[in-house]
Amino acid sequence: MSDPTSARPGKPRVGLFVTCLVDLMRPSVGFAAVKLLEDAGCIVEVPVQTCCGQPAYNSGDRGTSKDLAMRMIETFQGFDYVVAPSGSCAGTIRKHYPELFEDDPNWRAKADALASRTYELTSFLVDVLGVTQVDASFDGTVTYHDSCSGLRELHVKRQPRKLLASVKGLTLVEMNDSDVCCGFGGTFAVKYSDISGAIVDAKTKNVEAAQAATLLAGDLGCLMNMAGKLSRDGKPITVRHVAEVLAGMTDEPAIGLARDTRNKTSQP
Amino acid sequence: MNVHSTSPQFKQNAARALHDVQLQKALNNVKQGFIDKRQAAADKLPEFEALRDSARDIKNHTLEHLDLYLEAYEEKVKASGGHVHFARNAEEAREIILNICRDSGAKTVTKGKSMISEEIGINHYLEANGIRPVETDLGEYIIQLRNELPSHIIAPAVHLNATQVEQDFRRVHTHLDAKRDLSEPVQLLTEARAVLRERFLAADVGITGANFLVAETGTSIIVTNEGNGDLTQILPKTHIVLASIEKLVPTLDDVSQLLRVLARSATGQEMSVYTTFSTGPRRASDADGPENYHVVLIDNGRSSMLGTSFEEMLRCIRCGACMNHCPVYHAVGGHAYGWVYPGPMGAVLTPSLIGVDKAGHLPNASTFCGRCESVCPVRIPLPKLMRHWREREFERHLTPASVRSGLGLWGFFARRPALYRLATRAAMATLGFAGRQRGRFTWLPFSKGWTKYRDFPAPQGETFQARWQRERKGRTA
Repeated sequence: MSDPTSARPGKPRVGLFVTCLVDLMRPSVGFAAVKLLEDAGCIVEVPVQTCCGQPAYNSGDRGTSKDLAMRMIETFQGFDYVVAPSGSCAGTIRKHYPELFEDDPNWRAKADALASRTYELTSFLVDVLGVTQVDASFDGTVTYHDSCSGLRELHVKRQPRKLLASVKGLTLVEMNDSDVCCGFGGTFAVKYSDISGAIVDAKTKNVEAAQAATLLAGDLGCLMNMAGKLSRDGKPITVRHVAEVLAGMTDEPAIGLARDTRNKTSQP
Repeated sequence: MNVHSTSPQFKQNAARALHDVQLQKALNNVKQGFIDKRQAAADKLPEFEALRDSARDIKNHTLEHLDLYLEAYEEKVKASGGHVHFARNAEEAREIILNICRDSGAKTVTKGKSMISEEIGINHYLEANGIRPVETDLGEYIIQLRNELPSHIIAPAVHLNATQVEQDFRRVHTHLDAKRDLSEPVQLLTEARAVLRERFLAADVGITGANFLVAETGTSIIVTNEGNGDLTQILPKTHIVLASIEKLVPTLDDVSQLLRVLARSATGQEMSVYTTFSTGPRRASDADGPENYHVVLIDNGRSSMLGTSFEEMLRCIRCGACMNHCPVYHAVGGHAYGWVYPGPMGAVLTPSLIGVDKAGHLPNASTFCGRCESVCPVRIPLPKLMRHWREREFERHLTPASVRSGLGLWGFFARRPALYRLATRAAMATLGFAGRQRGRFTWLPFSKGWTKYRDFPAPQGETFQARWQRERKGRTA
């Protein structure tokens, strides 16, 4: 991971790419990310934004992908860093925007520039800012799912674990095959729902076998998939984005839980 | 014509596979066995990752100069007394093979394991022309008895269990005592060996595939674990090597590097039990070997991949690691893919060989988890190549209308941030309100695929951007 070698006169200015899923489904993850970044000494700004274009890109719609990528590149120019609470959205910018503009030197240079400044949240905190601990407590056992894009495109694996280790009261138990896909895959979950259903079934069996009260991950798509499956099967495992726990912001009901049961979501 | 494909029915194939209790049990073996063994083998070799780079570079170099290496190889085979035949497609390949068999007066042909022979459907063709092909790899022998395609490129019968094999042996080996005990796998193996031994001795022609063809020496190489390949190519009077053109490798030195990643990636072995080199027919000083040595080099769509974004697929050395690590393959097995090559490598290769109009599902049926690419010994960017197929499908309007219109709608709003904010605010407020009581939806319009297997968590209600604006407006510069 690159490290800013130039002298930092002030605080780094971070553009938060909140990601469309967090924006729409679970804004509390975005606020948790803001807290973590501010606690680590960043100035956080949130420019008006929509989507990185990954759904179009992975569906073969290069035209829409390019339009949205150009918009993202323009929206986030000028920030020292761009940080997203998602490995797959950060991965799209870091690994795939440059590919999208292979034949366009002008935009390619801009895409490269954005890619080099873009990070997944936990890897930004640990690898770039050198954060070693967070100020949070969470009573209970958690297990962590390594979302595929973050893991394989951005090598996010030890960073969230390192930060979780500093959360007071928290015990991490590893599940089997934590690095195996949960079956989400964006539109795959809907287009090939039978297969996706089988894959998430295998995943949640591993989650259950770990006997942790809470399941964490760094990507909301995967989390919604696994939370939806656990709730369909009546499993009393709460599901949260890792940023919520790291920021100590677990007042909101866990993913898929009703608002009026919020007090029951805390750990035994 | 290549062998028949059911790839257009991928979804139905997959649904059937998911409900096949026996198949699901068998697939567990793939999940457990191969992965740990590969990892252990890779961990034991400090230079494994460097070897993968080197393997990729060797194959890339060969593909860049494939014409030259093909010519060099042909010269060497001829110099060693063998014959080289070029076949543009499956029809030509079958014709050439049949003619060689007829020239040898063949009644029985033994076969080593060869995926290209599955691709061109040689067995049925020989049978239709009065020649009996006998598969001699145990897994291939079993699926031949069942008239099936392999479900895995290195473990063709991985979808079966011992009881099924026992039933097939009892059905076919009617000359044996009906009361014999076949309850142990080793008894099945012993019986297959005894039956095959007769076939080896009776065969007039032996057909093998090739893992590599060496341009420097005109050598073909097979890697096997059962020794059947050696008996297939040494005992009959005529040996035919079937290979697609991308099997070429410049030198023996190059091959030795590729061999170091092949078995480790495939089965976790350092080397397979047998690594057999054959160069031309038997020489006067040789103790054994065939009198006639033929190589049939088959294109069947490969050359049209050269120079395109799919050229990288031609690096594939058929180790099977991609499917061994694929959650989709683990869920549905190989037959669901509907043609010869399953898993991620099949999802990229099959559309190239039989057309994306037929095999369009395959590159779409992936979560893009990237585990295949992370273990590929020649570093083929399989998800990227699947995405290229999705792009071709999108350009040709082969993408399903529901996906297109959904994406179109999403794209429309995502391009217009002001409108996006208005629309998403309203939508999330509605959904959030509706889902307040239970926190989730068990059913939502237009999302049957999702809610068939899992609930849809309700949104919190207010969008992040709306709340940010409300709470932080004026706070940041």
